[in-house]
Amino acid sequence: MATNFIVNGKPAKTDAPSATPLLWVIREDLKLTGTKFGCGTGLCGACMVHIDGKRAFSCQTQVSEVAGKSITTIEGLSPDSSHKLQKAWLAESVPQCGYCQSGQIMSAADLLKNNPKPTREQIVQHMSTNICRCGTYKRIVRAVERASKEA
Amino acid sequence: MNKHNKNFEASLSRRQVMVGALGMTFAIALGGRADAAVLTGERIGQTFSPWVSIAPDGTITIMSAATEMGQGSMTSLPLIIAEELDADWSKVRIVPAPPIDTIYGNPGFGGMMYTAGSNAVTSYYIPLRTMGAQVRRVLLDNAARKLGVPVEELVTEPSVVVHAKSGRKLSYGDIAAIAEIPAKAPEIKPDQLKKPSQFRLIGKDVMRVELPTKVNGSAQYGIDIQVPGMLYGTVLRAPIEGSVPNKIDDAKAKAIDGVTSVVRLPHGVGVVAQTAWAAFAGRQALLDAVTWTRTGTAWGFDSDKGHDAFAASAKNLKEAARDWSAQGNARGEIQKAANLVEAEYRCDYAYHAQMEPLNAVASVSAAGDTVEIWAGTQSQTTATEAPAKLLGIPRDRVKLHDLLMGGGFGRRGNRDVDFIVDAVMLSKEIGKPVKVMWTREDDVHNGRFRPLSAHYLRAGFDPAGKLTTWHHRVAADRITPFMDPVRFQAGGGRDGMVMAGTDVRGYDIPHQLVEQLYRDTGVRTNPLRGIGVTANKFATEAFMDELAYKRGVDPLAFRLELLKGTPRAQKVVERVAQMAEWGKKREGRALGLAYIDYSGSQVAGIAEVSLNRATGQIKVHNFWCAIDCGVAIQPDNIVAQTEGSIVYGLGMTMSERISIKNGAVEQSNFYDYSLPRMNEVPEMHVELIQTDNHPTGAGQMSTPLIAPAVSSAFAALTGVRLRHTPFTPERVLAALKV
Ligand code: FES
Ligand code: FES
Repeated sequence: MATNFIVNGKPAKTDAPSATPLLWVIREDLKLTGTKFGCGTGLCGACMVHIDGKRAFSCQTQVSEVAGKSITTIEGLSPDSSHKLQKAWLAESVPQCGYCQSGQIMSAADLLKNNPKPTREQIVQHMSTNICRCGTYKRIVRAVERASKEA
Repeated sequence: MNKHNKNFEASLSRRQVMVGALGMTFAIALGGRADAAVLTGERIGQTFSPWVSIAPDGTITIMSAATEMGQGSMTSLPLIIAEELDADWSKVRIVPAPPIDTIYGNPGFGGMMYTAGSNAVTSYYIPLRTMGAQVRRVLLDNAARKLGVPVEELVTEPSVVVHAKSGRKLSYGDIAAIAEIPAKAPEIKPDQLKKPSQFRLIGKDVMRVELPTKVNGSAQYGIDIQVPGMLYGTVLRAPIEGSVPNKIDDAKAKAIDGVTSVVRLPHGVGVVAQTAWAAFAGRQALLDAVTWTRTGTAWGFDSDKGHDAFAASAKNLKEAARDWSAQGNARGEIQKAANLVEAEYRCDYAYHAQMEPLNAVASVSAAGDTVEIWAGTQSQTTATEAPAKLLGIPRDRVKLHDLLMGGGFGRRGNRDVDFIVDAVMLSKEIGKPVKVMWTREDDVHNGRFRPLSAHYLRAGFDPAGKLTTWHHRVAADRITPFMDPVRFQAGGGRDGMVMAGTDVRGYDIPHQLVEQLYRDTGVRTNPLRGIGVTANKFATEAFMDELAYKRGVDPLAFRLELLKGTPRAQKVVERVAQMAEWGKKREGRALGLAYIDYSGSQVAGIAEVSLNRATGQIKVHNFWCAIDCGVAIQPDNIVAQTEGSIVYGLGMTMSERISIKNGAVEQSNFYDYSLPRMNEVPEMHVELIQTDNHPTGAGQMSTPLIAPAVSSAFAALTGVRLRHTPFTPERVLAALKV
């Protein structure tokens, strides 16, 4: 049975079995490979997307759960890397291998949306859902702070 | 190693090849464009050397010999060429070099294309500067001819040759359009290279070339590749190296919608499917449906018991060992010591946990005589050698597309490239391109680990209280026979990757003896960020601290005294002590110090910790680090690598642990192998000390500082020494009870 939903503002459809994790539909069917597979168990955040404006682990979301919903992936955060977090990420040279960074940015975007001026503690607490094996945490904090200062 | 790519060599020799400075090849293209069919990647314009092409529009293509896993070499190596070439960096394009060891091989690894050991910049620094200077010289000679002036009157500005006398200028692009390339590359002597004060690019922090792609999802890793007609593969791998599938009940797996075949492999059972999810589901369905032969060495091995045995052997001086390194007469002197101190340390197996699970795409031709591979790899050499061997084809029939790596840390540099071989085998079997992805569980269960080790140390003092004798025995699971069998054989059984860091370089200790107790448990092992240095420096630096306490001397003063003859070492130690305000008393917290000379890079670190005595949880509040790795190519990137190294070391110090029961790995995923998260990392204060010394590595040098620094801070706080990494709360509580 086909599932219809919206991805980055455009209608999308998949015939994948209803229990298929959204992650694999996004990556392999829709070819939006910015969303990453890290653990498949909701423990690393590499697969983070927004569903109806809230962050969600796409590896823990079955495709049947997103019928009619609107999904944003890293590719849809801005058309041209102009989101203030993306700019801050470059200004602070955050990424190393970069593999976790789509998920990090999507988590951070979710934070700033609800809390435009987070304290450092709030940043750390919110972002601890996302693992960065390269250890870019310090720069992530700096980048979120930088973005939050931008109007 | 050093196998030649015949096609490329043949085409080079047609164009008159010569060997340039330092044994690297300077190819000559006679008045034509580079032959794109020869070099994979898209270099454009006039080929000035295998490393550099320049197009009439000024675009400069520079080849990157190193692969990129986040460490920045894909930028810093081309930057070194661009510096001496005096290139306008904004006009540079970087193309991954094809797997041709004879041209692009890493001088630090016997010419193999291998990005590891934090040695890319160190090993390529002079050769690449020379290459860049040679191309610049060719541009100057051509400009002199065109302008009709002596070459001595010309200077360069970024991508422009300038004749100051007449005010005339020629851009590199203009010159490329008319350039004649000499049959013999101009000779460049070391003193003709730029002085550090003349650098325009080195030390100035350019943005890493691939960085913009890493904030918008467009960066391409191996796992992102799709090719036409591709199917998906997973492999349920043997739980123990050396076992093979016995009975396979594939009914459940085959019943899954989308699964097209179940394939018996030498090392496991492959599932091929139309979708990624079906491939994963198929693997899941095989979990209880395969029995394995009881072949392989590790069956029955238990790492806790094995560790006890390692430790007993290390301590038992009668047990056979081989001398790893010796200086003076430690065996004799230790008998005469007025004071003898001894200690034991242990380190568990640890897992790379690179964020991108292993994967590769392979497409074997119908005749089985060529293969195309898409993968992230630390070694273009092994990534092509192993598949060629498997298929029984020459290496130049393996076409490799090397992609960004979602972390390497050593795991993507292993010699058998197990993650690529999976895809090659399945593609060959079904005659279609296959993308094989490992689940995180596969990645953990079938990891290749930092080895288990046990350390016994003794130190002897003379009657005046001077440390005169040092003795360290290491019993550890082997690495080198698998990773570098040639070097292992040549060294007569010396396991360099395990023993690295046993030296106490910098410290003035006249009599030293280090012994290796070789152990082969059959457990899969590998270099991992910091290699043997992490375990060995935990032992030697924590022991150094114990010695200071035993002598009643401040650990900082104790080290500075021993480091008297090594000013660079003293400087990083003194600096980090200032940064941390070493002498300052702090309520409920304490400091611990460590110093390391890691392949020439000088690093010192101080941890500030507190303890929850009820739970046994240690908190590291601050970590200060000073690093001197000589000339800093990309200073901010060195700081970033140091921050990353600290976080990595923190994980191995506090929580990361692989245990083996009956030969198999007990952990599975991030719920039982826990990595540092943002709320667990300390405030990090990194200071880079820039010097004019030859550049040395930065990618892992600080990782080994953490365990000894935390152990010593804990000792300063509680009087109790932690001797076994990781310092889990259970171990901390147990240590406090004793
Ligand atoms: S892949 Fe979804 S949380 Fe790790
Ligand atoms: S940048 Fe490599 S895992 Fe975060």
